[in-house]
Amino acid sequence: MLAFLLRRLVSLIVTVWLASIVVFAVLQLVPGDPALLMLGVNAQPDTLAALRGQMGLDQPILTRYLQWAGALARGDLGVSLTYARPVAELVVERLAVTLPLALLSLVISTALALPLGLLAAARRGRGGDWAVLGFSQLGVSMPSFWIAILLILLFSLTLHWFPAGGFPGWGGGIGPALHALLLPALALALPEAAILARVTRTAVLDTLAEDHIRTARAKGVGRAAVLLRHALPNALIPVATVLGLQISFLVAGAVVVENVFTLPGLGRLLYQAIGQRDLIVVQGVVVLLALFVVVVNALVDIACALADPRPKGLSS
Amino acid sequence: MSTAKQRFTLAAAAATFASLALAATSLTATAQPRTDLVVGMALEPPHLDPTAGAAGAIKEVTYANLFEPLLRVDADGKLIPGLAERWTVSDDGLTYRFTLRPNAKFHDGTAADSADVKFTLDRARAADSVNAQKAYFAPISKIETPDPQTVVVTLSRPDGLFLFHMASGDAAIVAPESAATNKQKPVGTGPFRFDRWVAGDRVVLDRNPDYDGVKPKLDRVTFRFISDPAAQVAALKAGDIDAFTLFSTYEALPEFRNDPKFTVTVGSTEGETILSTNNARKPFDDVRVRRAMAHAIDRKTLIDGVLYGNGVAIGSHFPPHREGYVDLTGLYPYDPAKAKALLAEAGYPNGFDTTLRLPPPPYARRGGELVAAMLAEVGIRAKIEPVEWAAWLEKTFKGKDYDLTMIAHTEPLDIDIYARPDYYFNYKSERFNALNDELNRTQDPAKRNALYGEEQKVLAEDAVNGFLFMLPSVTVQKAGLTGMWVNRPIQANDVTGVSWK
Repeated sequence: MLAFLLRRLVSLIVTVWLASIVVFAVLQLVPGDPALLMLGVNAQPDTLAALRGQMGLDQPILTRYLQWAGALARGDLGVSLTYARPVAELVVERLAVTLPLALLSLVISTALALPLGLLAAARRGRGGDWAVLGFSQLGVSMPSFWIAILLILLFSLTLHWFPAGGFPGWGGGIGPALHALLLPALALALPEAAILARVTRTAVLDTLAEDHIRTARAKGVGRAAVLLRHALPNALIPVATVLGLQISFLVAGAVVVENVFTLPGLGRLLYQAIGQRDLIVVQGVVVLLALFVVVVNALVDIACALADPRPKGLSS
Repeated sequence: MSTAKQRFTLAAAAATFASLALAATSLTATAQPRTDLVVGMALEPPHLDPTAGAAGAIKEVTYANLFEPLLRVDADGKLIPGLAERWTVSDDGLTYRFTLRPNAKFHDGTAADSADVKFTLDRARAADSVNAQKAYFAPISKIETPDPQTVVVTLSRPDGLFLFHMASGDAAIVAPESAATNKQKPVGTGPFRFDRWVAGDRVVLDRNPDYDGVKPKLDRVTFRFISDPAAQVAALKAGDIDAFTLFSTYEALPEFRNDPKFTVTVGSTEGETILSTNNARKPFDDVRVRRAMAHAIDRKTLIDGVLYGNGVAIGSHFPPHREGYVDLTGLYPYDPAKAKALLAEAGYPNGFDTTLRLPPPPYARRGGELVAAMLAEVGIRAKIEPVEWAAWLEKTFKGKDYDLTMIAHTEPLDIDIYARPDYYFNYKSERFNALNDELNRTQDPAKRNALYGEEQKVLAEDAVNGFLFMLPSVTVQKAGLTGMWVNRPIQANDVTGVSWK
């Protein structure tokens, strides 16, 4: 087991290191000078040179990579070229929007999908089932940004219940902040809920066909009790697996939805930083995202290894 | 488990609606005019130090509100007192004496005196200066501070635009104690103080209670940044925003004009929108080709298609609202037959292939399509190449590696760019350079205006670039709001005179 964990750790470090090289190299190839972007069309050559010196862009490429990667290895993400603030600070600030958004939509999608899936399974082949399947088909085929626009049209422009976008910040209290996040979270949650409802329905139906359910029914347990106490807990395993996969989709979808609702999240930070050629921010955020994906994958692998003793017995 | 969550969601929703209802009643209960303002802008400033960046958004938040230069530009483009309450210029145009407001203070409580002015000007012209308009400070040879309220600036050569430049955001007066941190925590002398910046979303300013000048009527101003056109319209309609400045979703204007809840104003900016042409590259080095292109472009259709009619045509690189303007829009009337004849004369009877590179702003992307279609009518087949800002600056502006591009030159009174060696137009004219030198030596306003007129004529005769239209300053605001600038003589959202009826 220790050898397995060590191997995972080494491959994790190598992957993140390779990611750092790739993002650094790509940004060197893309045309664009952060100093020129900052100072604009009237800047004089000596002013540009002075700013490049301040930004450290006058160093050779290899020196710059080693300086950045060395600091990164010590946990220092550097200072943004445009915002003149530590990247770590910017990321934490933006995570305060992206994380609650992703979590809220995860909660909403689960709260919608489980009862709907259960209902469809219980009413298999009847009206309720068809209604849920119809909703699910609709939800799967509509992208979240389109749903976002529809939600804005209805709830912001017609009913005036929610702001059409923007984020007041957590400083103004939890109420207004959640109020601003609810519509985007809903837009993000609906397509996920559609998929999840289908998975729940199938998983519950599969479980219902198993022997222990027939035994329970034969012992005289009521339909509802069988569904909730016996079928649902077993069906939750495949549902949880899909839910885990959806987390990365939520983060990716958040980038698009953040732009529709002009929410200051991590996705918009990355988008703006690319436009401004804020190399340090782009590099830092990309490496962090790579780290996030790799760590989540590693955790899943380790969990599987713990749950199933076979692979490590065979491979080590 | 799921039902508990649902109940929680329901409860949260109910609580939200209850608080909304409360907010609604409190709104109707107040009869006093509002004293807060939310201004929408398309772009977020990268930071808030106007002396260290060219991004227009920096000045649109800070100019006159947070920071004051020695002089200010008002809504009509006239120079008015800023931190200096009065000034005199010597007869030879070399010595400027500024008298500062006696009780001016920075937001941190320290006095704003002549030492701060000297520090600001020295910082802007130092070897390691990162001022985007360092050239504004180049004529300065000496700065003296005989007393805390007086600054005497001596120039090495006369500069007719010196006062105008000292009124720009790039010349905002900063303090040595806070200059290094102004990007994140701006400390100025203006009537509003910096409150907070929710990065990616808004900057909030509040009234400076210690301001020594005329106090503003507003006590709180929020600048919100919304780049998506649909989101801009939605935010206005939802009432989240009181005014949106430099609004460029022109197709939505009829809706706002027909709605009594909104007022729409259309004014002028300093943005000459041109079809920049590489004068050094074949076949554009031939003036007949450039004139042919001028005849091929129908400005009326262009203005209708790009700005939905909200714009003014230009015939040279000068805004119609400024003194010294000469109307040259009739020099090359729309005439495709004439254009074809000129092309044939230049040796291109069958036209030629070229590339039209377009930066991201909507006026360029939309206008570029129309221009390319018009050029195609006379046989000039322009391939459209959309690029992002960083690439445009690097390849087109700095690298001068392009055929045609479309861009608005937004700096005020920037006709001198045609005299710069190595500017990306690759235009060289002894006649123009001589006029520009004379302009720099001239102080008399009437003579200056005459010289500006001559310069415009030279540029139009040489058809250096395709001169298209002025970018409009469109503001959509709630009815009942007064004092917003209609024109934009300088990059600013000066809200010091704004109030609610």
